[in-house]
Amino acid sequence: MDMKVQKAKLGLKEKYRLMTRDLGWTPSYQPHEKLYPYAAYEGIVIHDWDKWEDPFRLTMDAYWKYQAEKDRKFYAIIDAHAQNNGHLNITDARYLSALKIFLQAISPGEYCAHKGFARAGREFPGVGTQVACQMQSIDELRHAQTQIHALSSYNRYYDGFHAFIQMRDRMWYNSVPRSFFDDAMTGGPFEFMVAIGFSFEYVLTNLLFVPFMSGAAYNGDMATVTFGFSAQSDEARHMTLGLECIKFILEQDPANLPIVQRWLDKWFWRGLRLLSLVGTMMDYMLPKRVMSWAEAWEIYAEDNGSALFKDLARYGIRPPKGWKDAAKARDHISHQFMLAFYQWSFGTAFHGWIPSEADLDWLSSKYPETFDRHYRPRWDYFKKLADAGTQFRNVGLAKLCQCCQMPCVFTEPDDPTLLCHRERVIDGHRYHFCSDHCREIVEHEPEKYVQAWMPMNQLFQGTSGGGGIENWMRWVNLVDGKDNGDFVGSRDQRNFAAWRGMATSNNGT
Amino acid sequence: MAVVALKPYPLRPVDGIEHYHGDQLVYWSWDHHLMFAAPFITCPSPSTRVVDFLEATIRPLIAADPDADRVDWTCVEWIRDHEPIAIDVGKSFSENGIGHKDLLRFRTPGMNTLCG
Amino acid sequence: MSQVFIVLQSNEETRAIVEAIEQDNPRAKVTRQPAMVRIDAPEHLVIRRTTVEEKTGGAFDLQSLHINLVTLGGHVSEDEDELSLSWNH
Repeated sequence: MDMKVQKAKLGLKEKYRLMTRDLGWTPSYQPHEKLYPYAAYEGIVIHDWDKWEDPFRLTMDAYWKYQAEKDRKFYAIIDAHAQNNGHLNITDARYLSALKIFLQAISPGEYCAHKGFARAGREFPGVGTQVACQMQSIDELRHAQTQIHALSSYNRYYDGFHAFIQMRDRMWYNSVPRSFFDDAMTGGPFEFMVAIGFSFEYVLTNLLFVPFMSGAAYNGDMATVTFGFSAQSDEARHMTLGLECIKFILEQDPANLPIVQRWLDKWFWRGLRLLSLVGTMMDYMLPKRVMSWAEAWEIYAEDNGSALFKDLARYGIRPPKGWKDAAKARDHISHQFMLAFYQWSFGTAFHGWIPSEADLDWLSSKYPETFDRHYRPRWDYFKKLADAGTQFRNVGLAKLCQCCQMPCVFTEPDDPTLLCHRERVIDGHRYHFCSDHCREIVEHEPEKYVQAWMPMNQLFQGTSGGGGIENWMRWVNLVDGKDNGDFVGSRDQRNFAAWRGMATSNNGT
Repeated sequence: MAVVALKPYPLRPVDGIEHYHGDQLVYWSWDHHLMFAAPFITCPSPSTRVVDFLEATIRPLIAADPDADRVDWTCVEWIRDHEPIAIDVGKSFSENGIGHKDLLRFRTPGMNTLCG
Repeated sequence: MSQVFIVLQSNEETRAIVEAIEQDNPRAKVTRQPAMVRIDAPEHLVIRRTTVEEKTGGAFDLQSLHINLVTLGGHVSEDEDELSLSWNH
């Protein structure tokens, strides 16, 4: 019998060295600065790129192997979902609104992240960082594709999914995620990394994917759980990349600290504003809820975040400036948003509704300090108007923040009875903001934000379809009476009830 | 401060009054009346009398609030950029010095049915 | 004292991993939520290849953890025998 010669297996560290570091070379016929023209202008000083290392020591061969396995698992479930009318297993058709927001607002963001990391992978001079950015770029593309694929099975049956690409560019509320990613992608490679790799991935995406996907499981939505967890399995690597990069930057030169701190302040706040939407999805759009936004914030931001910032304190980093105001807003934002979406539902490509008594009771119990005092009376009054047949519609257009482009629905940090108004005149032009932090971001780099394309303002300029609500709806691909309006009486509500009736009994309707 | 960039990066505002066909943007917010999720953005002509615009546009927008019928435009307290301001509603926007993208807040002390 | 944590999808592959973590980290707290399992531990947490292999009776490549990983908190250090999470303060 032949003895198989066992080849000595490479250790992980050795393999990582051979398959990343050794892929780099020193340029001989072009100067280094010409090869990497964007590596220095942001002011970040790096002395030794070889000090950067991926703690997972993941090499491309292993990467492809594991990603292929994730995709196989994903498509097995997507096939089963399509073959077994998986869309009828969700707890309630209201839940679809959360998926519509996800597809319109979040999935295009994954695609932006893909483009951003592809660029960062080219522009960073360090080979370890290049490889990690390249993997993340491919991950983000996979996320966009798997999300679109999974949600396309809902598009066959329900309204509001059909034009997410056009809506990403034209729908007023989608200018919020769009401006967020445009801002990051127009920064240099270091700012992009601190923005998306660290502030967004490390500090905030746990809030997006973990409780929300667990919520999807709780609501019988296997398609979303699958793409969510499949994407999230990459996030741990992204978070680790983000954390390693920020440690690396701070260890390389003391001059980097103030630049990084400013980016942290900025991107924590921009990310928080973006994720306020998720709070609304968690508190109001999941028919069965795992935890409230406030509870998720406590676990994933306050507890985990404070451990992180205690750790970074040795580099001189302090928690982001907006941290305290974020904590104050925790018990308010989801209610402020859902009340807004309800009254503006004529202009959204998802449905709004008044929560049931049981849901209002749940919110009271989760938000004992704020809900009964500030928000329940408004819901009760909306319900009174709806019951009387005079449903409240707010047909006024909203003031938007020049920075985050959110409608200014937020109240003063210390006075929940008064909207927060901030303004500033810059070079003879007046601008409005939702908060001190958004104003500070714009004051620091006004060149970027004064050119913001603000959807409401543009309506009055007559650019969005030619003026008038009907033209605007055509222009954003919003089908009036189907995609928008109240859930009660919608096609989604009727169809879901009818099809579920057919699926659970022999009496076809 | 200015943006860090490789080349000159001038300020290029896209919201100047020249884009509004002779009209101008004016924002409105009713203090402590949070039934309306955000301040309103409107686009009146500077030569319109303020009261005419208030009656034709703002009053219908706020009509759903239980306090709306009791709002008397000549008695409300006006605030612009965190300072009290006197507005003669019988005169036009331009006669009152109300410019492009001004935010006008109005206060109605004692009226707080929903958000007191 | 700061907590490190790791969250895994709950499925057949991770059952043995969670058992191994519980065995190697007596101070770890396991919380089961819909579709996932969360493990918190004060300051430090380790996943050992050999313990997982004892549980499954087969070979286990630590890097395959990536397939079922949901999220984590703490600094990562990994070689072929163990993956550890820690804070440095």
